[in-house]
Amino acid sequence: MNIEHLIHMANQIGSYFAAEPDPADARAGIADHIARFWEKRMRQSLYAGLDSGEASALAPLVSEALAEHRERLLGRAA
Amino acid sequence: MSLHCHHDRGTPARVSTERVTLSIDGMSVTVPAGTSILHAAAEAGVDIPKLCATESLEAFGSCRLCVVQVKNRRGYPASCTTLVEEGMEVTTENDALFRLRRGVMELYISDHPLDCLTCSANGNCELQDMAGRVGLREVRYADGHNHLAEAADASNPYFNYDPAKCIVCSRCVRACGEVQGTFALTTTERGFDSRIAAAGGTDFLSSECVSCGACVAACPTAALMEKSVIELGQPQRSVTTTCAYCGVGCSLNAELQGEKLVRMVPDPSGGANHGHACVKGRFAWGYATHADRITTPMIRKSIRDPWQAVSWEEAIAHTAAEFRRLQEKHGAESIGSITSSRCTNEETFLVQKLTRAAFGVNNVDTCARVCHSPTGYGLKQTLGESAGTQDFDSVMQADVILLIGANPTDGHPVFGSRMKQRLRQGAKLIVADPRAIDLVDTPHVRAAHHLKLRPGTNVALINALAHVVVSEGLVDEAFVALRCEPEAFAKWRTFIADPRHSPEATEEVTGVPAAEMRAAARLYATTGNGAIYYGLGVTEHSQGSTMVIGIANLAMATGNIGRPGVGVNPLRGQNNVQGSCDMGSFPHELPGYRHVSDVETRTLFESVWGVPLSDEPGLRIPNMFDAAISGSFKGLYVQGEDIAQSDPNTHHVTAALESLECLVVQDLFLNETAKFAHVFLPGASFLEKDGTFTNAERRISRVRKVMRPLAEYADWEVTQMLSNALGYPMNYRHPSEIMDEIARLMPTFHGVSYEKLDRLGSVQWPCNETHPEGTPTMHIDEFVRGKGRFMLTEYVATEERVNRRFPLLLTTGRILSQYNVGAQTRRTANTVWHPEDILELHPVDAEDRGIREGDWVGVQSRAGETVLRAKISERMQPGVVYTTFHWPGSGANVVTTENSDWATNCPEYKVTAVQITRVEQPSVWQKQFERFSEEQMSLLKASTEAKPAHASV
Repeated sequence: MNIEHLIHMANQIGSYFAAEPDPADARAGIADHIARFWEKRMRQSLYAGLDSGEASALAPLVSEALAEHRERLLGRAA
Repeated sequence: MSLHCHHDRGTPARVSTERVTLSIDGMSVTVPAGTSILHAAAEAGVDIPKLCATESLEAFGSCRLCVVQVKNRRGYPASCTTLVEEGMEVTTENDALFRLRRGVMELYISDHPLDCLTCSANGNCELQDMAGRVGLREVRYADGHNHLAEAADASNPYFNYDPAKCIVCSRCVRACGEVQGTFALTTTERGFDSRIAAAGGTDFLSSECVSCGACVAACPTAALMEKSVIELGQPQRSVTTTCAYCGVGCSLNAELQGEKLVRMVPDPSGGANHGHACVKGRFAWGYATHADRITTPMIRKSIRDPWQAVSWEEAIAHTAAEFRRLQEKHGAESIGSITSSRCTNEETFLVQKLTRAAFGVNNVDTCARVCHSPTGYGLKQTLGESAGTQDFDSVMQADVILLIGANPTDGHPVFGSRMKQRLRQGAKLIVADPRAIDLVDTPHVRAAHHLKLRPGTNVALINALAHVVVSEGLVDEAFVALRCEPEAFAKWRTFIADPRHSPEATEEVTGVPAAEMRAAARLYATTGNGAIYYGLGVTEHSQGSTMVIGIANLAMATGNIGRPGVGVNPLRGQNNVQGSCDMGSFPHELPGYRHVSDVETRTLFESVWGVPLSDEPGLRIPNMFDAAISGSFKGLYVQGEDIAQSDPNTHHVTAALESLECLVVQDLFLNETAKFAHVFLPGASFLEKDGTFTNAERRISRVRKVMRPLAEYADWEVTQMLSNALGYPMNYRHPSEIMDEIARLMPTFHGVSYEKLDRLGSVQWPCNETHPEGTPTMHIDEFVRGKGRFMLTEYVATEERVNRRFPLLLTTGRILSQYNVGAQTRRTANTVWHPEDILELHPVDAEDRGIREGDWVGVQSRAGETVLRAKISERMQPGVVYTTFHWPGSGANVVTTENSDWATNCPEYKVTAVQITRVEQPSVWQKQFERFSEEQMSLLKASTEAKPAHASV
């Protein structure tokens, strides 16, 4: 999957949840959305990009959400 | 005049708590106050003769045929214009009335051709019926001046106007005004010179007439008559079915001779349309038997190979073998499906079932991805259900209508007419749209406010409106306290009250003056019932879902939800968008909007379907394209959609399609997507199958087969054959059995069956134990999710911004006479009104570029370039241009980008930064498209000239 496209989509999701006053809620919202709506190979490709240093364009809030919820997002959905 | 036996009571039914009892021919009759004597008599089984009166129109009192006598009153009042009174004693038949009526008829017939035997209305003519009814036996005035030599106007492609047969009863004029709301027809001159004329032109075609057919339906003679009836004669049988065009879902009577469709007429008892239709549903059905229909399955190894016509058995076996080969080689997740909003509920249910149960994956999506997927997301999150809250009739109780990003008179014309009826009664209108749509200023309707915002700034606008509601004390505190989550509301109130959301702070972004926004917000919040209607101008944005949430927030904050006259009403684009979503066409949801990870739901489906189901969300359409290009997605089954034309960034879409090893297209025609296919499975039109559609108001209506499938099988049967070939058995004998399974599996459909639909005509889901006859208004006592949930809606500007290279914003839409990708309407006479897509631009932008009306202009974006003809229009605001996407060669989606909604990936069709320049020739893409299309048509021709044979691919 195109990593730039995935980063763009993830950042868009981050932009929505960035309005949450509590950053923990924002991170949880981002992770929950990706878990519920992204197909597995999309999530795996995003993490692969993150691990290989190709995802530097990710917004900090999104990177934090991905790090915090890594197990859930690479495991089962929902 | 329709073949269908509808008892026309002459004047509209009235609703009143006051009841009036009177005597008609000695019979006691009790009716609501305000009822006409004519209507009351019909209720009592007494049909008084009439000509100018019909139930769909207000009384006019011109023909004098419906005269009666009322005890203790002088003269002979017209029963259509005389209202019932308590104790009134009415006589409908006596010698004096007989003589009067026969005299009236004699005068009418003295100026009417006596060609009944060869007249197109013969056997179905109210004038003829009334002549018989009143016992007319001779005409004493036959030699005087008359209109018999006047020429007919045959300019409209669907109906003729013959003034020689016109009795100037004015039904057509009133239908055009009262029902359609266009006011294109008028009666010119006076007395003997009176005649019907269409305004704004020299004939019907060049006039302001929108060809809805209301005048033709209302005409009691052959003065206005369908060309198809003139050509073929009167139909002999009638089958009630549902229109296959827009999300209004009009009930239509298909009138036939055997299996030959003679005409479509709107069904007066239709719950969505109440006897009205538009130029598409009423007339544009000729595509169903067009010569372009492909009725033989075809296969080929490569898209550069000629098609080989094969038997159904071979096509299905080949498809199944290919899909299994791909799954074995590239993994189960390498294939998927796309369902269609043009197909029935039962068909979309089967395709998603095939995908989940036979393919074993959740890679199924639907064309709602590119239109209303943000509606599904936003309304589910806030209200708890992915659907509009009202029925269409609700608009008649609205006091103020906030219309956002929708153009109902073009996109949903029958509902648009209904909305205009309410606006003419005095409801206020606020339009939020970058363009001046017709409703901004149309006969007898003028918007109180036109919020002419810049494309892409919807969320800033809705936030500004909500800010006014909160900061000016217009919140319905009691409603919010009772019905909504308190913590979420408190958070939202703090958020929206921030000065950054004020009209003054956002007017520079939206382009809408702050005072106009404040006035509009006050009007919506304080004028009784406030109803929001919206369309793709809301959803097709990078913040489409945020905007839907913002709309729900605004409705909840003002208490405008949960009763008739209010609500949040998405105007769905295609006929079965609601239904295809309900049926589980999204890759993350099983039927009934339940997530695939939900164990209880999955267990239920597994127990009925007998196979384990994946708990992982599948690929959405744009994700399928990305996965195809990256090499992990290889096979796709597309039923009834044309993604190569309808989806954004054509270069990207066609690159994805070319990456597939097996693309299977099931369609009526070799559409743009099929030109990239390896298997073509002939589809069946809506006339050739049974099923149901669900319209924008959640109304489930029957689609009924009126002719045998041209290609032998209905679409659901083809999906079933494919499933069986894949080793997953499906053995439905009729679509009613599919609906029975849907009803078992979906709580909102528990009470739905074909028997009930046949009995009630239609039902609106939820239809279950709690609501056995359906639910016109949702969320009455509580929201589906319990408490309503306010959510934050920060405005985030789209990345698709103007700059020096691309200084204009392109927005796209559709027009009245064409439909979606045009596969249907382009194959009808509707092309007379819209033979090509054009680019609308403001005079200032045209002058800056030296562009004149009709010039060829290049439209360039970062995605691509196409060439269209220019139309200079004050509808546009400077800096914004507009086009439609009905013709594939126009290449509108060559220009649109893959930018999409953050939550759903719904494309941002409504905002593309472009430059416009005068050019002299088609774009490079258009030349390539032309060559490719010619090549594909020649490869098709090779197939159609050959008999089905054993193929070797």
